[in-house]
Amino acid sequence: MEAVLALSIGVLFGSGVWLVLRPRTFQVITGLLLLSYAVNLFIFLMGRAKLNQAPITLTENIDPAQFADPLPQALVLTAIVIGFASTALYLVVLLASRGLTGTDHVDGKESA
Amino acid sequence: MMEQWSSHLIILPILLPMVSAALLILFSRRNYSLRFGLSAVSTAAQFAAALCLLQLVEKDHWSGGIGVYLAANWVAPFGIALVVDRLAVLMLLLTSVMGLGALWYSYVRWGRVGVHYFSLFQFLLMGLNGAFLTGDLFNLFVFFEVMLAASYGLVLHGYNSVRVRASMQFIVVNLLCSLLFLIGVALIYAATGTLNMADIAAKTVALNATDRQLLHIAAAILAVAFLTKSAIWPLSFWLPTTYSAASPPVAAMLVLVTKVGIYTVLRLWSLIFSHEAGGSAYFGAAVLLWGGVGTIAFGLIGMYASQEPGRLASYSAIISSGTLLAVISYGQVSLTSAALFYLLSSTLAVAAFMLLIELIERIRNPAAAMLALTMEAFAIEDEPGESAGVAVPGALAFLGLAFAGCALIMAGLPPLSGFIAKFSIFHALLTEHAETTLGYSGWTLLILIVVSGFAAVLALMRFGVRTFWASPVSKTPRLQVTEAAPIFALVLICVLFTVQAGPLKRYLDRTAASLHAPQGYIQQVLSQPAVPNPGGAP
Repeated sequence: MEAVLALSIGVLFGSGVWLVLRPRTFQVITGLLLLSYAVNLFIFLMGRAKLNQAPITLTENIDPAQFADPLPQALVLTAIVIGFASTALYLVVLLASRGLTGTDHVDGKESA
Repeated sequence: MMEQWSSHLIILPILLPMVSAALLILFSRRNYSLRFGLSAVSTAAQFAAALCLLQLVEKDHWSGGIGVYLAANWVAPFGIALVVDRLAVLMLLLTSVMGLGALWYSYVRWGRVGVHYFSLFQFLLMGLNGAFLTGDLFNLFVFFEVMLAASYGLVLHGYNSVRVRASMQFIVVNLLCSLLFLIGVALIYAATGTLNMADIAAKTVALNATDRQLLHIAAAILAVAFLTKSAIWPLSFWLPTTYSAASPPVAAMLVLVTKVGIYTVLRLWSLIFSHEAGGSAYFGAAVLLWGGVGTIAFGLIGMYASQEPGRLASYSAIISSGTLLAVISYGQVSLTSAALFYLLSSTLAVAAFMLLIELIERIRNPAAAMLALTMEAFAIEDEPGESAGVAVPGALAFLGLAFAGCALIMAGLPPLSGFIAKFSIFHALLTEHAETTLGYSGWTLLILIVVSGFAAVLALMRFGVRTFWASPVSKTPRLQVTEAAPIFALVLICVLFTVQAGPLKRYLDRTAASLHAPQGYIQQVLSQPAVPNPGGAP
């Protein structure tokens, strides 16, 4: 499972970096989305990969190794919300720029 | 009772701007003076709160001058802790002073163009104050995002195509930084199992080799994020475009946003990689030093190359970042204290210069074309500001004097505070290494700081001569008192720094001493007890 997750994070991140470096704003925003997926998965995995285990218990005297770490789940939730909001904001700026400059190039003008 | 009141004071600099920003959204666009009044009151209250905190920290209300506020009443490594110490108080004061200045300046014109300026401004202050107060790494991320989200909106403020283009790059760079920040935070959690800064520092000492490697990787990734924000070379390409495009009061606040990156580096680096950190002591010091040196070199070349005053100020901000990072990287009390003095005076001077630029531009091109475009976009019928307020007599003399004041501080020439800052940096560099040799890195830094001062003198003088002497001034520009007064106040504070350099420097010495003895911070945070349940223990 670790290998699959690591590979998917790598593929997402690589594609994201490539897209962010492209000259069109739509490619950049797609790249940012892929990057944030990769990062969210990454944070999630930092609590160690575990299958089918509860994150929280009310009983005391438990063996922590038997439980999933709840903290990364809380962190990733926050990160998703913040990342989503700022990407949405970027989308608005992107549209404004398209309207003002008439091009979707990141520099606001077609390269000579 | 007294104890409770004072501990809740710590969270006030975050709550005040948050509540007032939320209130400001509710008011209609018509009620301008009410909105301005509310945000002014809120900012002034933040200043007052920061002053109270300064009193409490200085009077040793909390042991060691470090106050801890457990936000959800969970003890330190588990819940989020807010920590106020001398450095945090200093930055809170700087934030509220600059906030007051920028707000005052925007009264005449910039507050009127565009919507939600004041609430965005308060959110920016909230993010800044929170970033200075928090003692938790992930909470720091959240406050960074609050600050950045507000700054995206503010850079776009006074919407025109230059600003949209600049903010497109600004937003992408900062989003990428935020992602790096998250990766770094996640790795730190993987290595140490905690996100509380004090706890991370406490755990660093006893890490095994594998986890230590992981921690170092995490720190390096985090550093990329913070150093991009503090505009270290070669990650500073975004800064001049953004700063010169933003409207003047926003650009002034952005100068402070850069310093947040420096603050974070100083805070985390001196806490986690202090001399007490065992195998991780002074990790990355060489990168900070040479990065800082490279940044100074880049900034001074940029300063020579730029004709436009906005870019001139931006490169000056870059030079100041570089100097700070390089000086901090020595991890010595005397150098850090000198760096903090430099931080205060250069931040205020560059911010004042950012505000001054717009007024100076009125001499150079009276038809402010860009502003006209802005006005059109928001369909403001009455030309604001022309009738309101009192014009400054002797506008040209004021502009010239204020320009000279800012230039002296930015270049670090006597008699103003810039000189004292640089002098104390030199003094600390040379005395700290009196018995050993300074080394070629130290000499490079010393020479570059001198050369960057000369570069600033030449570039600013070129600009000043061209503006005030060479150009035929047909008519003196009209200045409002509310535009001139904040600039005057900011420069005056720098003059006060010069006059009161002794007490200020002693305060900064204490700040630096407690920064470089992180055991006090760690113990204070981790030993803070939770408030007992008022209904009695269950």
